[in-house]
Amino acid sequence: MAAEPITGAEIIVKALIDQGVEVIFGYPGGAVLPLYDALFKQNKVRHILVRHEQAAVHAAEGYARSTGKVGVVLVTSGPGATNAVTGLTDALMDSIPIVCLTGQVPTHLIGNDAFQEADTTGITRPCTKHNYLVKSVEDLSRKIHEAFYVARSGRPGPVVIDLPKDVQQAKYEYVNHAGQRHRTYNPQQKPDRAAVERAVELMAQAKRPLFYVGGGAVNSGPLACKMLTDFVRLTGFPCTQTLMGLGAFPGSDPLSLGMVGMHGMYESNLAMHDCDVMINIGARFDDRVTGRLNAFSPGSKKIHVDIDPSSINKSVRVDIPVVGDVGHVVEEMMRIWKARQVKTDSKALAAWWDQINQWRARDCLKFKPSDSIIKPQFALQRLYEAVKQKDFYITTEVGQHQMWAAQFLKFEKPNRWMTSGGLGTMGYGLPAAYGVQVAHPEALVIDVAGEASILMNIQEMATLVQYRLPVKIFILNNKWMGMVRQWQELLHGGRYSESYSDALPDFVKLAEAFGARGLRAEKTGDLDDVIKEMIAIKGPVIVDVCVDEKENCFPMIPSGAPHNEMLLGPEDQSAKPVSEEGMVLV
Amino acid sequence: MSGAKRQLGVISGVAAFPAAAQDGAIASVKDMTIERHTMSVLVDNEAGVLARVIGLFSGRGYNIESLTVAEVDAAKHLSRITVVTTGTPMIIEQIKNQLQRLVPVHGVTDLTVEGPSLEREMALVKVVGSGEKRVESLRIADIFRARVVDSTIESFVFEMTGSTEKLNAFINLMQPLGLADVSRTGIVAMKRGTESN
Repeated sequence: MAAEPITGAEIIVKALIDQGVEVIFGYPGGAVLPLYDALFKQNKVRHILVRHEQAAVHAAEGYARSTGKVGVVLVTSGPGATNAVTGLTDALMDSIPIVCLTGQVPTHLIGNDAFQEADTTGITRPCTKHNYLVKSVEDLSRKIHEAFYVARSGRPGPVVIDLPKDVQQAKYEYVNHAGQRHRTYNPQQKPDRAAVERAVELMAQAKRPLFYVGGGAVNSGPLACKMLTDFVRLTGFPCTQTLMGLGAFPGSDPLSLGMVGMHGMYESNLAMHDCDVMINIGARFDDRVTGRLNAFSPGSKKIHVDIDPSSINKSVRVDIPVVGDVGHVVEEMMRIWKARQVKTDSKALAAWWDQINQWRARDCLKFKPSDSIIKPQFALQRLYEAVKQKDFYITTEVGQHQMWAAQFLKFEKPNRWMTSGGLGTMGYGLPAAYGVQVAHPEALVIDVAGEASILMNIQEMATLVQYRLPVKIFILNNKWMGMVRQWQELLHGGRYSESYSDALPDFVKLAEAFGARGLRAEKTGDLDDVIKEMIAIKGPVIVDVCVDEKENCFPMIPSGAPHNEMLLGPEDQSAKPVSEEGMVLV
Repeated sequence: MSGAKRQLGVISGVAAFPAAAQDGAIASVKDMTIERHTMSVLVDNEAGVLARVIGLFSGRGYNIESLTVAEVDAAKHLSRITVVTTGTPMIIEQIKNQLQRLVPVHGVTDLTVEGPSLEREMALVKVVGSGEKRVESLRIADIFRARVVDSTIESFVFEMTGSTEKLNAFINLMQPLGLADVSRTGIVAMKRGTESN
């Protein structure tokens, strides 16, 4: 069937529709005008106008992570593309599926230092999973469909398609290439059965086992997380989660030990250190989790389930690698476990749980409450109490508030927690939050923010107001770049170089200037009412929570230290000075 | 020599791989040995594919000792990249996995571990001189089975194919005889026997 030739821009829109794209986040410019014209003439794909291209990518990340779909971004050439680089790198580090369409100068001008020209494929090669420069309209449909396939398959990631303006205007027939098998890229989904059998055998003999669940479980989907939850409960083993893995296993389940890593729970980190069998499900032994590598869980045999073979044996040698998708692997594990009617060593497990409960009894999140000044931890405790009965979504910026949010908020389901884990991008939370809100218009979406991070993408307030997206921005305002200040206190003799934010805006007036609502809590007694009002307001709200300026985030594994040398609170700080090797690390 | 693991010294290599160095307490001494591996990478011959491979090596701090690339199947648009690299066994495994996950890569063969293989390199060597030195260079070229591909009254260009070591030996001998210019292809390699890479 020979179709009518249509323009490249129309081909792109058709391909997006065929890929099931409902919304794209973008910002127009000269090199994408034909594409914006094609968008104007249709009403199947909704466009959200952002205020900065970095925010477009973060919004698409929030959309993708809360739905499991591919997030789509549209930006212009040159500065449009370079502004998107931070977001693309963020998505690469956290394995978020993104397709980013960038405009490009016409093909005959490429390499000519034309107006708003940048070598987009060159710049984005190291910060994308893959990228394309489409030089001919004949390749357009195939490459767009391929980009979606690459973005969501295997370990997901961002894909850039660079689209010269003349290619958008040239005419060709549209052919739907969705679902075509890729000639080279076909990542392994199903695990090698023998590897799974060996893993189950090792788990069956474990005396001090521990599940260590990461973002890969969330990426595998809600069904995979459900199977994983069933399997963990079947074994009765303790389960810790990484920052990216929160929600993959229910946070309030008694088997959950909470977050692991630098600011993770005391019980999680000591269990990591002392376990004899570690079952890593979709985590990547990130340096925030392992601490000092040569002291990382020295006595354990390690099982590592990952869809990306390059994650295996990258920094930590494992005993049983299992390459495959978490859902498929856990299903197979459970099948073998049940078929063999595995009997675990209940006596050893009981002793292990006794030990874990002793660690838990240290109550590592305890802090000195105050009747007057708001403790940031207390603010999050009250926030959690107010929202825990609802189906809430949380995004964060980066810093102390992010770690406190990870510690004090519990997630019962996957896809409810969006944070910049790998790259640690300040300014992520606000755009990610409205990305989530666009996908879930009725849901309660809260950006837990710091006053420094929020200013990095504050212009996005205009996007919230334009689309009436009722995102709640909960700022823990301590007037400092809190995490920087904490490290300066711990590592640099309290010389607070440039970490104090002078001349902060009045966030209540700022909200009002954008046409949103602003609230403030100054005393402990204000909190509950302010939180209640925040939730009750139908539109976007900024809540300025004035918190204790001096509070530090504990527990903490200082950089360069092993898990069993955690600092539990301020009284530990001076007792355990940070080593010189640790000073070098970030 | 092909197929053999060459040890390049344990101490000097460690600093280049901080992640592996920190792992020292877990990894045995053997794991810290720096090995030299030749990998054959079959890729789609498309724009930017070489930049992807090179960017991967520079971005992740891997070494490239030699790299060659050329189209090997015009109909299927396939190119073969032969890369010689060094690293600890853990790094070598990483390099292979990282190459494998690049989208345009069809396959990666570690020729150093997957059975016996051949390695060859070609060089063009310009020697300028006269009199006895000129005659001597021609005599040595004959011993090494190098061919004269260009000649003037005062110069030769020799073409020579062989192992890297053989080329090195020849070039060293030409040094006192008026060596003026060297151009080398880098290593190309292939499995011995019936099996393909």
